[in-house]
Amino acid sequence: MSSKKIILRFCKDTSDKPVIYHLVKDYDWIVNIIKARINPDKEGTMVLEVTGANYDQGIKFLEAQNIKVQMLAEQIKHNQECCTSCGICTTACPTGALYLERPAMQVVFDSDKCVICRQCLKVCPVKAMEVCF
Amino acid sequence: MGIEKTYAEINAKIKSGQAVIVTAEEIIPLVQEKGLTQATKEVDVVTTGTFGPMCSSGAFLNFGHANPRMRMSKVWLNNVPAYAGIAAADAYIGATETKEDDPLNSNFPGEFRYGGGHVIEDLVSGKPVHFKAKSYGTDCYPRRELETKITINDVNEVFLFNPRNAYQNYNCAVNLSKKTIYTYMGMLQPDIANAHYSTSGQLSPLLKDPHFLTIGVGTRIFLGGGVGYVAWHGTQHFPGMLNDNQGQELHPSGGTLAVIGDLKQMKSRYIRGNSFLGYGCTLMVGIGVPLPILNEEVMRWAARTDQELYAPVVDYSDEYPNLKSGKLGVVSYADLKSGQIMLKGKQVKTAPLSSYPMAVEIANELKAWIKAGKFELSQPVQNLPAVKDNIVAKSLVTSGQ
Repeated sequence: MSSKKIILRFCKDTSDKPVIYHLVKDYDWIVNIIKARINPDKEGTMVLEVTGANYDQGIKFLEAQNIKVQMLAEQIKHNQECCTSCGICTTACPTGALYLERPAMQVVFDSDKCVICRQCLKVCPVKAMEVCF
Repeated sequence: MGIEKTYAEINAKIKSGQAVIVTAEEIIPLVQEKGLTQATKEVDVVTTGTFGPMCSSGAFLNFGHANPRMRMSKVWLNNVPAYAGIAAADAYIGATETKEDDPLNSNFPGEFRYGGGHVIEDLVSGKPVHFKAKSYGTDCYPRRELETKITINDVNEVFLFNPRNAYQNYNCAVNLSKKTIYTYMGMLQPDIANAHYSTSGQLSPLLKDPHFLTIGVGTRIFLGGGVGYVAWHGTQHFPGMLNDNQGQELHPSGGTLAVIGDLKQMKSRYIRGNSFLGYGCTLMVGIGVPLPILNEEVMRWAARTDQELYAPVVDYSDEYPNLKSGKLGVVSYADLKSGQIMLKGKQVKTAPLSSYPMAVEIANELKAWIKAGKFELSQPVQNLPAVKDNIVAKSLVTSGQ
């Protein structure tokens, strides 16, 4: 089952609810929290990577809680024309989505493993990593 | 009496299409299989290659004269200052020069998105570059201001003159501190979470001719996709022996090259502007040096493997910035290329800064040039200082010390 990446937006009244607990317990979601942030106005944003058979029911539950759900349309792209395969990105990437294929030592990008942390965008000396919306 | 070949003999074979040329990687199994003597007999040239950030790089340009004439005293290319303290229409654009309005590290770590290296890449790609110059005006050079667009085809001459390239060997950089640091060796994570290195190891030009038996002033080389030359030994050329923790001599380390070549011949594939987060701008340069296999001694070094070549491990949180001598030992390029090394009892992820696939490509490209008879080997007009010359590095004494 392929995973989906979604953004949850919480308002002041929903940001203190144990939503993830319910998603895991009641809807069997397997979640990986990529990013979670609450601003001084108590509004929250959370980026989740989700797998689970009851995906649609979980989404309905979230919407019923007045939590806005958006698909994460943002994607990281590896511009192979621009990339020099220097390899410096491979230790910055926290999930191993960017790795060196040995013995040729070519940089390979596995977008399924990417959690869009954007570290590669910062460290790539030739800006071969791009964000697409 | 061992085998001795001359440059003239090797060039004659190149001209007649009889020369045997292999890369510094391909030579390894060949020597292991056939032995040193037989391989020396059979092989005429070994090609090396490297492609990495080389900060001490830049280009001299002559823009041609405007009407009325101008003695350009300040020059900017795409808003990056070029040094114009030379003759009227000449300037030097350095790879690490930052854009005039770059925020630098004021919002740390700075991005350094565009600098001298990028200007050089844009010129090579044929892109128009914004040109601005100022002057104080003289009787013979009355013009005081000039603004226009130029391309590489508009200028009279533009040649790379890189005072320090092709480092023989380089540090393996780690961070022993508790916070992330941003260096010219990339982003180094705390508690030795990663280790970065920067040579092509068994393909690296000066690691394969460590005693400068063939590379000297006047050696014809592959430079940025065009033909270039070794102009001199590079700045900070300190050839010395690398020792391991026990003081055992491993191999020479510390040599550098000053190189020169026509930018108009070069290709943007091999000349790339770079931005290093929190550090600055630079230029990635592709260099390939052919090694004429004159005798078994030259071949013995040319056939060295990643298992026999080592990089010193240096802490960039304290040792490097504070000019302290290192105690972290050495690691082999074979280990570095495997993706992890053992350091202080910990498995550490490694990554290169120089591109191995590009180094392979350059060594193969140079091989193809020589095979096609387009590139002959040149005998150095002067040797470079080597380990035996005992050059001692000087450091700058600061006032009050």
